[in-house]
Parts: sequence; C-alpha cells; structure tokens
Amino acid sequence: MLPIDPSVIQQRIDSMTGDPLYLHLEQTTGAYAAHFDSSKHPAASFISNIIIVYSHGGISGGGPYRVGLKMAQGWVYCEGLTHYEETESDRLILAGHDNTGKLVVALQLSPKPFGRER
Amino acid sequence: MAERILVLLPHPDDEAYGMSGTLALYVREGAQVTYGCLTLGEMGRNMGVPPFASRVTLPAIRKLELEEACRAIGIQDLRLPGFHDKTIEFEEPELLESVIAGLLDEVRPTLVFTFYPGYSVHPDHDATGAAVVRVIGRIPAEDRPKLLCVAFSKDHVVALGAPDVQYDVRETLPQKVASISAHRSQFPSPAKMSKADLVERFGTERFYTYKFHD
Repeated sequence: MLPIDPSVIQQRIDSMTGDPLYLHLEQTTGAYAAHFDSSKHPAASFISNIIIVYSHGGISGGGPYRVGLKMAQGWVYCEGLTHYEETESDRLILAGHDNTGKLVVALQLSPKPFGRER
Repeated sequence: MAERILVLLPHPDDEAYGMSGTLALYVREGAQVTYGCLTLGEMGRNMGVPPFASRVTLPAIRKLELEEACRAIGIQDLRLPGFHDKTIEFEEPELLESVIAGLLDEVRPTLVFTFYPGYSVHPDHDATGAAVVRVIGRIPAEDRPKLLCVAFSKDHVVALGAPDVQYDVRETLPQKVASISAHRSQFPSPAKMSKADLVERFGTERFYTYKFHD
C-alpha cells in the first residue's frame, strides 16, 4: 500500500460514481485495547458486501483523510484513512493505519464481492 | 437602525459558547435574528450523562434542545435545511450554496455570523464557513453584509492575529447560560458555576471581521 494521494483517490471515486458497488467498511480499536490500557473501551464493527450506489463522493483533509459518499437514502463516511492499494485497478481499497502500522479503519469498494476472489 | 442578523452554523449548540451572548445583546436592541442550522448534529457522540438519547432519538432531542436555546437567546426564526451531520464538506457545493444564497436573499441581513474557514477545528465548521464566504463573496462589495467569524483552532491567533471584534456579554450571561443548559444531551449545565467563574469563562465573545480581497 502507498500513502494516500488525494487527487488519485478523488479520480477513482469519481470514476465509480453511479455504479452498483460492494462495500466493506470497518473500524476497530483492536480486541486487546482494554487489555493494554484499561481506560480504553474496546470497539469494532464492520459491514461487508453490502451493495451501494453513490451519486457524489469526495476525499478531504490533510491526512489522515476523510471520505464521504452520498447515496440516494444516506451517506457512507470514513475518517482516519492513510493508505491505498496501488495495485488495484477495478477496486478501491483504502485503509487507515495507526503509528504502529495497525489497521484502524478500512473503506473498500468493488464491482465484485470481497472474499470471493478464489 | 436595528440589525437583521443571519447565523449560519452546522450543529445545534454551535451557537452556545461562541455567540449566544452577542446575539442576545442584539435581540435586546431590537434585532431580527434568523438562524440556519445546517444539520441536527445527528452523529454527535454525547448522549447525555447518564445516556438518555440514542442514535435513533438524538436528532429529535437535539432539535428540541436547539429550539429551547433559541427561545433563551431570543432568536425569532430557526431554519433547519436538513443536511446530514459530518457531510457538509462532501455535499454538492451547488446545493449547499443555493440553500445559503436562498437565506441571504430572503433575510437580506446587515450582519452574518459563521465559523472562520480553516480555523474552526471540525470539518463541518470549516466547510460551512467556506461556503458562506463563497456565497457572500459573489455579492458586489458595496452590497455585502458584514461577516463576523468565530475561530478557535490552536493556531488561529498566530495565523489571523487577535480577533478585531469583541463583545462584553456580562449583561446577557443569563441568556447565554440558559442557551448552553438547553443542550442537555451535549453539555453539563454551567448554571451552578459562581458568578465570577461565569464572567471569566463566558463573559467575552470574540470575532474576526472577514476581509474579502477584491
């Protein structure tokens, strides 16, 4: 993965506008958050392979970055993104890693379901 | 002549700490105030202590709190265009600007309050201020209302200098405290603070006059 170049990501978001896409959206503090620091509240959620269509989307911020995707009935929003997968051409794979390299958030869009590649 | 004031902020409670005392002063002098609050703050994390709101009920609760805050300040006209919390920076600019331009056309304000773009911490604050600046910037200079901006990022004084406009709001502290207390899902009420502490923390409100370069 490479550090996010917002102009590259904006082009990718624009190119996927209006298409039915599989979404994977995830946020996690890590399962050990409270084990390592009792003041931390462990939390995680993900939603995988939900089909969405967005009419308008953008990337914003000075890094870590934010992405917002406007749909007919709501929004997809993600804050804390730092990296993207540069080898992907059909899919948009964005992630936010903390200063130890651990994943904190992920936002992924693809014309095909995730996890069915094999 | 009394002012016609338009307040443009993204979240219920954005008015409370920074400008409620000033708005109450203007209302006392006969000002007509319209407040366009762009979202219902529906993505806020504070749910009351102990929590009495949920993700589902928070927007309706915050709307009631905002209406109570407006009554406390004396704001006569509250508009809720219904944008979604956290998305102002991603909204279609034309849609956002058309709502703001519509309020400006209707209210014909002599004075506008918003956030200083780039120096207001929350992306919704910065995006709201930026949209207001874009729309007012298109009005011919001689017809523009005065634009006063709140800034509170850590670097704002270094970047912008000291605020050029300051209001002593000690006389409208009761209205200000009532407006803060109205947002009970979001803030602990300051009503029990001593008079001296209230004056120290809330007695002055500071703004920057936005300077258009043309």
